[in-house]
Amino acid sequence: MPYQLTLLKTMNPGIDLQGSFVQVLTDLGLPVGVAKVVWIPLPMLVVLVGATVAVLVTTWLERKISAAAQQRIGPEYAGPLGMLIPVADGLKLLFKEDIIPMKADRWLFTLGPAVVVIPVFLSFLIVPFGHNLQITDLGIGIFLWIALSSIAPIGLLMAGYSSNNKYSLLGGLRAAAQSISYEIPLALSVLAIVMMSNSLSTVDIVEQQAGFGILGWNIWRQPIGFLIFWIAALAECERLPFDLPEAEEELVAGYQTEYAGMKFGLFYLGSYVNLVLSALLFAVLYLGGWEFLVPVGAIADWIGVSETTAWLQVLTGALGIVMTVFKAYLLIFLAILLRWTLPRVRIDQLLDLGWKFLLPISLVNLLLTAALKLTFPVAFGG
Amino acid sequence: MFVLSGYEYLLGFLIICGLVPVLALSVSSLVRPHRKGAERRTTYESGMEPIGGAWIQFNIRYYMFALVFVIFDVETVFLYPWAVSFSQLGLLAFVEALVFIAILVIALVYAWRKGALEWS
Repeated sequence: MPYQLTLLKTMNPGIDLQGSFVQVLTDLGLPVGVAKVVWIPLPMLVVLVGATVAVLVTTWLERKISAAAQQRIGPEYAGPLGMLIPVADGLKLLFKEDIIPMKADRWLFTLGPAVVVIPVFLSFLIVPFGHNLQITDLGIGIFLWIALSSIAPIGLLMAGYSSNNKYSLLGGLRAAAQSISYEIPLALSVLAIVMMSNSLSTVDIVEQQAGFGILGWNIWRQPIGFLIFWIAALAECERLPFDLPEAEEELVAGYQTEYAGMKFGLFYLGSYVNLVLSALLFAVLYLGGWEFLVPVGAIADWIGVSETTAWLQVLTGALGIVMTVFKAYLLIFLAILLRWTLPRVRIDQLLDLGWKFLLPISLVNLLLTAALKLTFPVAFGG
Repeated sequence: MFVLSGYEYLLGFLIICGLVPVLALSVSSLVRPHRKGAERRTTYESGMEPIGGAWIQFNIRYYMFALVFVIFDVETVFLYPWAVSFSQLGLLAFVEALVFIAILVIALVYAWRKGALEWS
């Protein structure tokens, strides 16, 4: 099996942007080493800017879809269809005065938002948009995301405790309790996927779903797993119906109460980047990642076009990015609709759901996957 | 096989991501107004004068959840290598994992019965 995997990787038919870029620079007279170093930050910056733009689009969509759900028009005047409203929001936060309460701990108060934002952005390292269209294919892949997602509660606790405000303290504790409660079902549902693809790498997880178009996606083989993942991901992102940490009727704004200006902006950015990230990873884990509804490779073979043809590589690369982002935005749309459909749960209901329902169910799902894999090794990635 | 390749990208991306909050806050500090005043820096408590601080002894009911969390998080970490190499291990590994999970389910039932998972 490992031999087959390495063979698969060497036969990787994806577009080789790094190779082409290094080739162009060496043709211009640069040494190969320098060209490779010049390449390294480029995909990172593209992903970072892409994630920020995705957040702007998501906040605009959230307003427009919320307005449609309530039969309003929503943002209308800033740019066409109000599309410039997120930019205006961002600029407003940039120019806002920064207030640190007298009784607060200055350092922890400033460090809190940074600790929340950095791991979320860092997790984009493992999101694949196509063959080779990813910053790097790490061996630990999806496990890196599980590990990084447990750093954010520390930042929330920092923010809640350092504010020296009762609302913030309660909000911070609630946020930490909520994210640790839903982390275990989340990790266990990812574990079932990992078991089917025999690898932690996100590329291998998508590869394992490829070949049969929409029928090969994990959503059919993990019907319980994807529901657990979606519920837990919504709770991790503090989206309604799980937005208890900032329940405005009870806690003003939770751990964000004392924050103003750009520090508040960082929390806001972090929560939306987290939503985009969770939707992207849902698409990768359960909806076949960059795969199209029908297998493109098989059709190309059938027509008689080689996988190494330049125009086909560009086409599949572009299609991969479009499909991944499209699937992710479908899920974000679902999350926004859920926001206006379900009422907020109480804290005891939230913890009951996490510990007494999702945790046992996800353990059963894992063992069920293992048993099915032993019985039908072909269908479950034997 | 565990190969430490690709981790230089992790380090590089960590540095670039770390620059995001630094840049955001420093650019903001250049353009935002700086005003002084003790009133504006008081703690918010719904418009009232704040009564006492929040750095006091308090009863956190979340502590029990945090303890149970540690047990199950470690369990999940132990299960990851098992899941990755499951196809080579076969039936025996399945039975062993079953025993391992059964022991932890007993722990969960114990915590449940003891009321560690109750909110009130």
